Formats: sequence, structure tokens, C-alpha cells
Amino acid sequence: MPPAMLVKNLRGAFAGPFDLSLGEGDCAAITGASGSGKSLFLRMIADLDANEGEVWLHGRERAAMAAPEWRSQAIYAAAESGWWADQVIEHFSGNSRSEVDALSARLGVRAALLDAPVAQLSTGEKQRLALVRAILPDPRVLLLDEPTGPLDGESVRLVEALLQEKMATGTAVVLVTHDPDQAQRLGSQRYRMTGGRLEAA
Amino acid sequence: MTPILLTPFDIAIAASLIVLDAALSILLKLRLHRQLAIAASRMVVQLIVIGYVLRFIFSLNNPAVTLLLVVVMVLVAAREVAARPERRFRGSSNFVIGAISVSFATFVTAILALTTAIRPQPWFDPHYAIPLAGIILGNVLNSASLSLDSFLGAVQRERPGIEARLCLGASYREAIAPLVRDAIRRGLLPIINQMSAAGIVTLPGIMTGQILAGLDPLEAVKYQILLMFLLSGGSGLSALSVSYLAAWRLTDARQRLRLDRLR
Repeated sequence: MPPAMLVKNLRGAFAGPFDLSLGEGDCAAITGASGSGKSLFLRMIADLDANEGEVWLHGRERAAMAAPEWRSQAIYAAAESGWWADQVIEHFSGNSRSEVDALSARLGVRAALLDAPVAQLSTGEKQRLALVRAILPDPRVLLLDEPTGPLDGESVRLVEALLQEKMATGTAVVLVTHDPDQAQRLGSQRYRMTGGRLEAA
Repeated sequence: MTPILLTPFDIAIAASLIVLDAALSILLKLRLHRQLAIAASRMVVQLIVIGYVLRFIFSLNNPAVTLLLVVVMVLVAAREVAARPERRFRGSSNFVIGAISVSFATFVTAILALTTAIRPQPWFDPHYAIPLAGIILGNVLNSASLSLDSFLGAVQRERPGIEARLCLGASYREAIAPLVRDAIRRGLLPIINQMSAAGIVTLPGIMTGQILAGLDPLEAVKYQILLMFLLSGGSGLSALSVSYLAAWRLTDARQRLRLDRLR
């Protein structure tokens, strides 16, 4: 069976080359100093920055898919969450309200916030809702850039439990984190990024 | 009624107002008298030169020369469009986008007006073609540079939102559409304001000029109305083309947002 995700000789102007192979339910946890290329790596997998090399999902190559189709199967959630409409709920147009409610509640986000303007959310609430937004379409791979960066201990625990549950159902995860303990808890493979290169940790 | 022709003496009397301004500046220590003198002299020289150029080109009455002058005007306008935005493309894309949208909007509107409404014989008669192209260009320049500035500023600011949509599987077209819409709207505001204010707050320049030159007010009004329609057409076309071209230049075959093409 082909791996869930295979990265071969992926490189950009400022980072790489990278190679990585993830089975279903695997999590590659990447730590490393700021500016070492962790986000660039995730952005290249998601095809957001110009890059060369190959990425395969379950035996299908990226180049054989249109970019939007690719990105919706390997969803990247940035460290700074992005919003494009006024109301929170407008960012979930592809999902049913009950799904959004249920998943937000699991991450400790009050249901009332979904009807609030984005401007009223705290950074932590935005971060959790961005994660809900990335998980709901059920992508094969999640590319998470410091998903728990601005969160308190209790929220971190809720997010990690949810991620572990997704991994148990086969979702592969590439996780960038500043917290070595989190890398330990979630990562089935662990790497350090140094100067645009990935090293096993 | 024939126009009242001005003599140099008439103009010299009006020039005394500039002297008055300069005197005020000295008296009130505004330190503007130098700038005022330079600007006034520049204005006089530039206008006299263009007067001779136009007289010369009218006398040649050669379509190729007329076209050449209009093309030079378009290129100067395109340079202005390219230079205004705070954020710019690397390389020459700003100028190319400016040139394409300004020339497209100007030629389409001017040729439409010359061949259907004003209809001089022949339609490219420089007496009509050049002033008309000039007026349209001024407006088109304004719209295109407002739209371009607004688009490039917004795209920078909205990057996280645009990329979040791309990451969830939206096409570049969907993700960028609200910004393109806002940029086009921004480019159309000045002409909408101009039309709303025309006749109440302002007497538009062309109309005033024609009335001073002895034309019946209603005839002048008709010209002005025609002109406003032309200007809004030109504004719309240039705002539209400049925004779509800039949006297109900021993406690639993989539907990425290529902000690395800006500096």
C-alpha cells in the first residue's frame, strides 16, 4: 500500500530539499528555531509557495491534481489564522451548522461566538476555530503550524485529544510545534528543522 | 456669437493676481512665493508649447502623427499609473499593466465617441481626436491608479485571509474576487462624485469653456453630458482591466498568491 503522504526531494528558494514518508495515522512532529524553515516546509507541501519536487497522497501525485483539489486534501492551517468575511459563521459555509457547533464545543469554544464578528474573537479562539475549519472537510493530511501556540493548558489538552482521534481514523499529520513535550506526545516521527534542513530528532 | 479673443495685455492683467499671491506669501511669511512663481511660469511655458504643438499637428492633419501623439500621451499616463501605488510589482509589470489598461480604456471610449456621437469628417480629425483623448486619459489615469493602488494595498493586508481560503480548496479566482471588486469600486468613485456634483456644486470645465467660447448653454450641456458618459465608460474599463490584470499577475499555474512578485 502506498504511504498516506510521500515527499520526495521537495525544495524551494529558501529551504529543502526535504524527504518524508507518512503512513495513515502517522504524525511527523517538527521542532526548530524560528526562521529555520518549518512554515516554509508546510507551505511547500500545500503548494502555497513556488517549489520543485514531488508530493504524493495515497499514490496520487500532486502534479496530477488541480491545485484547489490538492489543497483541500492536504489542508494547511497557518500559525496566524486567516479570515476573509465579517462574521465567524460565514467562514464555515461548506459545513452544516450542527457539525460546526459540535466540533467547536469539543475545543471549548462557546457556540455564541460563531455568530459574532471575527473582530471580537481572541487569538486563542481564532486559532481553535481555524483548526475546526481545517478538520471539518476531513482531509487526508493536516499540515498544522503551531496549532496550540496561543492556547492555555486546558485548550491544548482538548486540541491534542481531537488530533489523536483524527490520527486514529487514519488522518496523517505534519505538526510544527515549539513545545518538545507536545512533539513527544503526538509525534510518531520526530524531526528538527535547522537552516532549512530536516533532521531526525 | 464669436468667441472674445484675449490679447497679451488681458492676460497680463490677470497675471497681477499671481503677483498679489506672491506679495501675500512674502508678507505672511508663507514661504510659497518661489514655488508659486515657478509653478506659474511652468504652466505658461507648458501650455504655450502644447498650443504650438497642437497647431502644428492640426496643420499636418496626418493620421499617423495624430496617433503618435496620442500614444505618447498614453505612455506618459501609464507611467503615472505605475508610479502611484505604494506597493509595486518587481520589474516592469506595473508599467505594462498600466499601459494595457490605460490604452484599452482610452482607445475604446475615444473611438466609440468619434465614430458614433461626435462624428467629425474624417473621424480621426486631430481637432477632435486629440482633445477628446486627452480628457478621457486624465480620467482613466485617475481611475486606473486608484484601483491599482487599492488592489495592491489590500492584497498585502488580506494575505492571511486569501491564503486561508486557498488552503480550504477555494480557487484563486474565488479567493481574490472580493479584492478585485473593491478595487474596481474604488476606481469608479471619482466619476460618480463628479457626475453627482455636476451642475450643482461645480460647472464642469468643458461646459464652462464652451460657454465662454460663445456656444449656447444647452449645446454646451449636451456636450458635457456626452463627455460624462464617455468618462464613466473609460473609468469603468480602466478600473476593470487594471484590477483583473494585477490579480492575474499575482498568481501562477498552481493558483498560488505570488506576493513575492511585489517589492
